[in-house]
Amino acid sequence: MTVSSEPADLVSRQKYFGWVGRLSAAQRGILIAMLIFASMFIVYGWKQAAGLTPNMINTAANKGALLALVAMAQTLPVITRGLDLSVGATFVLANCLASTIVVDGPIATTFGIFGVLLLGLACGAVNGLIIVYGRLQPLIATLATSAVYFGIALAVRPQPGGSVNFELADFMTRSSFAIPHSVLLLLAVVVFIWIPYRRSVLGRAAFAIGSSEQAAYMSGIPINRAKMLAYTLSGLLASIGGILLTALTYSGAAKMSIANEYTLNSIGAVVIGGTSLFGGVGSAVGSIFGAFVMRTVGDLLIVFDINPVLQPLFVGVVLLVAVSLGSLRVLRIKNRLDIYR
Amino acid sequence: MSVSGVIARQFDRATLIAFACVIVLLLIGAMVEPAFLSPKYLIQQLHTASFLGVVASGVMLVILLGHIDLSIPWTIGVGGMMATGATGFLGPEWGVTLAVPFGVLCGALIGTVNGLGVAYLRAPAMIFTLGMNAVAQGLMVYHTGGFAPQDRATEFMRELAVGHFIPGIPNPLLIWIILGAAIVFMLNRSVLGRRIYAVGNQERSVFLSGVDTRKVILACFIFSGACAALTGVLLAGWANRSYQAMGDPYLLPTIAAIILGGTNVLGGRGKYVGTVAGVILITILQSMLSVVQPQRYFAQLGVDIPADTFRQVVFGVVIIGMLLIYGRQQLVR
Repeated sequence: MTVSSEPADLVSRQKYFGWVGRLSAAQRGILIAMLIFASMFIVYGWKQAAGLTPNMINTAANKGALLALVAMAQTLPVITRGLDLSVGATFVLANCLASTIVVDGPIATTFGIFGVLLLGLACGAVNGLIIVYGRLQPLIATLATSAVYFGIALAVRPQPGGSVNFELADFMTRSSFAIPHSVLLLLAVVVFIWIPYRRSVLGRAAFAIGSSEQAAYMSGIPINRAKMLAYTLSGLLASIGGILLTALTYSGAAKMSIANEYTLNSIGAVVIGGTSLFGGVGSAVGSIFGAFVMRTVGDLLIVFDINPVLQPLFVGVVLLVAVSLGSLRVLRIKNRLDIYR
Repeated sequence: MSVSGVIARQFDRATLIAFACVIVLLLIGAMVEPAFLSPKYLIQQLHTASFLGVVASGVMLVILLGHIDLSIPWTIGVGGMMATGATGFLGPEWGVTLAVPFGVLCGALIGTVNGLGVAYLRAPAMIFTLGMNAVAQGLMVYHTGGFAPQDRATEFMRELAVGHFIPGIPNPLLIWIILGAAIVFMLNRSVLGRRIYAVGNQERSVFLSGVDTRKVILACFIFSGACAALTGVLLAGWANRSYQAMGDPYLLPTIAAIILGGTNVLGGRGKYVGTVAGVILITILQSMLSVVQPQRYFAQLGVDIPADTFRQVVFGVVIIGMLLIYGRQQLVR
């Protein structure tokens, strides 16, 4: 160690006590979501009569991972200041297709998985094309494509049913050494998709576009390609979620209520995970914890003996509280003009 | 400005295209089934359209502000279920008399919470109204789960939905016409209307002009909630009962009708006549799909595709196709 590095070391050590303040907004968001999830899960485990068994953790992880994948899919467009209301429909479409083609032997199953992932990429790419080159509002464009995707899902699977390769489904949903495989899947998505994306030129461009599209354009950032990539990857992540759903239920079902529920909850998870709906700030990792928070709300209702039909009410309240907490900045703003955009 | 000038100004390009599409659709329909152009069928279509028209009237004002109201599905549900269940809250006598205002008031309450959240807490409208939708759903599920509430429509509600106060014009259509006329007057001739357009263009400037923009936003959200609840009341009267998911099929058509009518999603621009055109277009389109039944042609080819697939796919494709013609945004430069 050289002498010259000492003062810098000292400064950083002094700053150490204020480390929370030195985190980026996205990192703070992840931390808060993590803390909320941890405290909720501890209460959940503590109220459980049987305690936290590996089996229970596995079930909770599987349910959470489903929403987490859809929420990560939602995060990418939101970072570019867009929105994808078709994630739920893509998720259901992938589920319906997977219950048809991810069957039989290992070779057919492998091709089936690739088929479903390709479908997800295609759904995302269509969204991207319409939004980027058609120049339509993301909200209305994805609302319209979600109707189309859901219609196709109905054509693929008019009646609930179908099947899935049993070994694959079992492998995706069990645990080894008390670590649920669904959590490993999430980890793999973060390591192999999110982190490379976040560090790529187009990933950084997505953040720049979310902060200010005008400035990004002036800086020569490839806006169109970055947006295309964000929506396409979003479709891919949603289709991974669809495969996991198929593995969990051993069947496929084209239900509008499932699509709507996952779209709604994904936006909630994204907000709780610290991603700004105004774009430019956020992380898919935060969305994972946001998703687990949303799911634990339902589990908490069960252990506290509250009627499970009230779940929408509590999820709604959690959403409202989450956005209202985000709105506390209104109180800190000194110049009233800054409130108005 | 002359009266004809005022009227001409209401018809912008999007409105004209939407109306042209309505006529083309009707002509295509008439080729398949001549009854499409009969006055009876047209009045019946306008009758169906008026439910969508009433809810779209409220949401349009919110979209003009640059916000959005995604809580309409369950606000419609709240309107219908509270109106039919009013006897449980107000007693058997007042519950029947005040059923309609009670239902609309409950919707206005949801709108008030939305408005307070968006205008005063500055929460993003999309997520806040989505949350309110879930809360309204939870409350209604609780309402039906706790004690079996009255779900039958009252005599007056039925009369409101299917009767004819003026011979030849169904009551919901009459309500839509009155509501629409009031909104056109308000948007074009009143201070509030000017402020709504102005807030949608740039809220900051309106604030600097000495207007409390938050009250404008609050008022529009309350109006939107009340309109959605009124639709719920009418639908309950139409079906003679209220049920939980009664508002679910209305979210996409409502927003689509408003956008197809040329209202800018980002706010500030849009004419009410355009929304009327969009509502009629969507209604005719839905009706055409159920009359033409494309799944039959596919069944002859040996491909079994559910009818709902066509409804959803055609719906989505038409919305995207029409918006690609005239709803495109400016390039960033």
